[in-house]
Amino acid sequence: MSTTIAPPTTVPASAAPAQLSKETYKGRIHPDWCPGCGDFSVVAALQAALFELGLPPHQILVVSGIGCSSNLPGYMNTYGLHTLHGRAVAVATGAKLGNHELKVICTGGDGDGYGIGCNHFVHAMRRNVDLTYIVMDNQIYGLTTGQVSPTSVKGMKTKSTPHGSVENPINPIPLAIVGGATYVARAFSGKQKHMVEIFKGAILHKGFALVDVFSPCVTYNKDNTYQWFNPRVKILEEQGHDPSDFHRAIDRGSQWGDEIPIGLFWRRTDLPTLEDLEPVLHDGHGPLAWRKLGLSNEQAQALIEELL
Amino acid sequence: MATVDFAVGIGGENGQGIASAGDILARIFAGRGLNLNAYNAYQSIIRGGHTFLTVRASDGPVRSMGDKIDVFIPLNQDTMDRHLHLLRAGACALYDREKIKPGVAAAGVQLCPMPMKELAKGNKLAANTAALGATLQLLGIAAEPLEAAVTRQFKKKGDAAVAENIAIARAGYDYAAQNFKAFPWQAPRRPKPLGVITGNQAIAMGGAAAGVKFYAAYPMSPSTGVLMWMAGHARKLGIMVRQVEDEIGVMNMVIGAACTGCRAMCATSGGGFALMAEAIGMAGMIETPVVCIDVQRAGPATGVPTKTEQGDLWQVLGAGQGDYPRLVVAPANQLDLFQTIPELFNLCDKYQCPGLVLSDLLISEGTASVDPGELDCNVPIERGELILPDGNGAAADPSSGYNNRAYLRFKNTASGISPRAVPGVPGHIFVAATDEHDEDGTLISDEFTNPHTRRMMVEKRARKMQGALAELAPPKLVGPENAAVTLVGWGSTQGVIREAVEKLAGEEGIVAAQLSIKWLVPLHVAEISRILACSRTVIIVENNYSGQFARYLRSETGFEAHGHIRKYDGEPFMPHHIVEAVKAQLAGQTRLSVPVHEVNA
Repeated sequence: MSTTIAPPTTVPASAAPAQLSKETYKGRIHPDWCPGCGDFSVVAALQAALFELGLPPHQILVVSGIGCSSNLPGYMNTYGLHTLHGRAVAVATGAKLGNHELKVICTGGDGDGYGIGCNHFVHAMRRNVDLTYIVMDNQIYGLTTGQVSPTSVKGMKTKSTPHGSVENPINPIPLAIVGGATYVARAFSGKQKHMVEIFKGAILHKGFALVDVFSPCVTYNKDNTYQWFNPRVKILEEQGHDPSDFHRAIDRGSQWGDEIPIGLFWRRTDLPTLEDLEPVLHDGHGPLAWRKLGLSNEQAQALIEELL
Repeated sequence: MATVDFAVGIGGENGQGIASAGDILARIFAGRGLNLNAYNAYQSIIRGGHTFLTVRASDGPVRSMGDKIDVFIPLNQDTMDRHLHLLRAGACALYDREKIKPGVAAAGVQLCPMPMKELAKGNKLAANTAALGATLQLLGIAAEPLEAAVTRQFKKKGDAAVAENIAIARAGYDYAAQNFKAFPWQAPRRPKPLGVITGNQAIAMGGAAAGVKFYAAYPMSPSTGVLMWMAGHARKLGIMVRQVEDEIGVMNMVIGAACTGCRAMCATSGGGFALMAEAIGMAGMIETPVVCIDVQRAGPATGVPTKTEQGDLWQVLGAGQGDYPRLVVAPANQLDLFQTIPELFNLCDKYQCPGLVLSDLLISEGTASVDPGELDCNVPIERGELILPDGNGAAADPSSGYNNRAYLRFKNTASGISPRAVPGVPGHIFVAATDEHDEDGTLISDEFTNPHTRRMMVEKRARKMQGALAELAPPKLVGPENAAVTLVGWGSTQGVIREAVEKLAGEEGIVAAQLSIKWLVPLHVAEISRILACSRTVIIVENNYSGQFARYLRSETGFEAHGHIRKYDGEPFMPHHIVEAVKAQLAGQTRLSVPVHEVNA
């Protein structure tokens, strides 16, 4: 008994070293974000980080949800999945397990990740899946023209909270630290060079990395603007913060007001990833996605024996 | 040679070992080469409640739980009170003479009171084992297979438990020999031993044979058996199995894995399926093959979690917003489930769309005998136009595909099928978006909105189903076209309708034909219409309230059935339910029959 396999078309796997430039990572579509949107800085920083790390574009998969910022994969020249509202992290987890040799980067907004997608976000963190999750946090729903978001500051007036929001916002930094993420950082669109370094650290990190990026919405959020953030953001790396200090990380991550820290709050490298813990991925047969299908005669026989 | 067809019914509280007693009997009967069907009517409770398990066996075909009980084993008073009145002459009731009072039985029913305390040597949980011993005695089966089956069942609990239970079974066996009258017939034997399989096992095994590498689920009755099989076999078979935070996550993870090239599958029940609906539409939009099984239970909402129904047809037909191609199939029984899953994967890979399977509690948790020779794991695996890396190290530009438009992931072709690369393949970079997109993946939902491209892409995706329909076996009428009545069903009712057809012919002199519909989307409209146009009286049989299939058939073919037989009390049809309803309808008494499940409530 041998399994019949109609071989799929195949393409050479390892590429000849091509000349990579920062331009290589740029998609041919120009972003349709509003002029001045913080997301321009994020996509540029991501392209720069990937270039500086020298990662071949075909080995990168960028997965997004839905929202202004989730259009990002279309502006990259890497593999991309532009999925459903809130579902990027779940899709990305499946993709990472399907082919654990891919570098999988998730991108989206605060509504996508901390609102509708919060369940997947929390569970991906506790699993410590090896993903980089970049959340372009503008504290507003932009694509639906300006409603309150899970990170909108209490009291914020939006189209859905005309008298001011009465709800407390989520603070994703302490949430991620206690949730089990093993690399927790924040960046700001006004500090792109710093963001590139944070992204590089996140992409190289083995485990779940969250980078919450203050990415101002210049159209619908008139409160949390570049001008508002600029004097407030303080770079942790310039302040001697120790990212292995759990309690200090929570304290600094909880800070809001006149001084708002950005940078790497928390990192631990002693925990295995979900992929590390699954023997199925480590039997020497490469990614699940590319394995031979079907059962061996011995496997088939053993299954049938169980029924007798 | 006339066949012997008999059934054992065991009832009691959950926790009294009813399922394990049923497993033991099923193994013994199948080991004798008998065909069998086991159905457990249970409640959503871990201890207590009322459970009634029917194991029917025969040397002829067995396609349902049947109509009668020959050996009745009430393990508590409640079961005795609910079921005794259903026994007919020739049947036996085995029960604990100290604890259970029999009530009034029909003439010719043999009441078999047993001193369970003494036989079970004080083990309060072992009355079932003593009754099994007595059952085999009455059926004329030697004690040895019982000992082997008891050993298998109890070996995890240690040698002492095995020895104790064998002794109790033996005591029951001997007690019956001395005190009760055996049946005038013997349980037959056929030369080839059979195996036993549940539908959930069949689904999981079918997935494994098809090459599933990723299985995700959230536990939900009655689909959980698939997850348990997958989890138990994952490491041996190289399958990634994940229990996920919710069914939304399940389907999205499955799609993520499928996007990378894995064959990926999930199973759930109606409530979980509802949560998956949006993502199933995503699989349609980004043209990703996934297989999802909805093991239906009685709804709506939480409904009756441990009871069967065919109530999710319209949910599955309507899953996800918008129009998109998908395959929907309703296998008829356990073996059909096993064989359908690999076939569906091949179709989904070829047509790059989701494949949805409608199973139900009846066949998923129900047990059937299976000829090991029919469980062919050597299935053809056809992946369609899939582009994987070849691993030989030759050159391809790692940044090519998207920017230079060298690869069009959603190329508009005559068949609608676009060659599918997966992430990691050099030279084929693309973005797959759930927004409407152009052939190259560019979003046409905002800046590049274009009615002509939108129309082209809708039609491209839809076109795939024309090819798919031609590959699906059209339904076949079983029986004569000019039969007095044509019984139409879908999915799990196939077996019981077949038995009803045989009873109508054998006992009532009514010639009936049967039309079972398996492939629901795409539907063989022309062939179904042709068959029904020739039929004299068409009655649709289904396990739901509103006639979901009847409505679907009418919407697709314009055909309105002459009559309907529906059941929605949580229990499956028995053959006589259908027979009696057909007689009433042919006599012009009604056009809608709702058979009553006769058990005392």
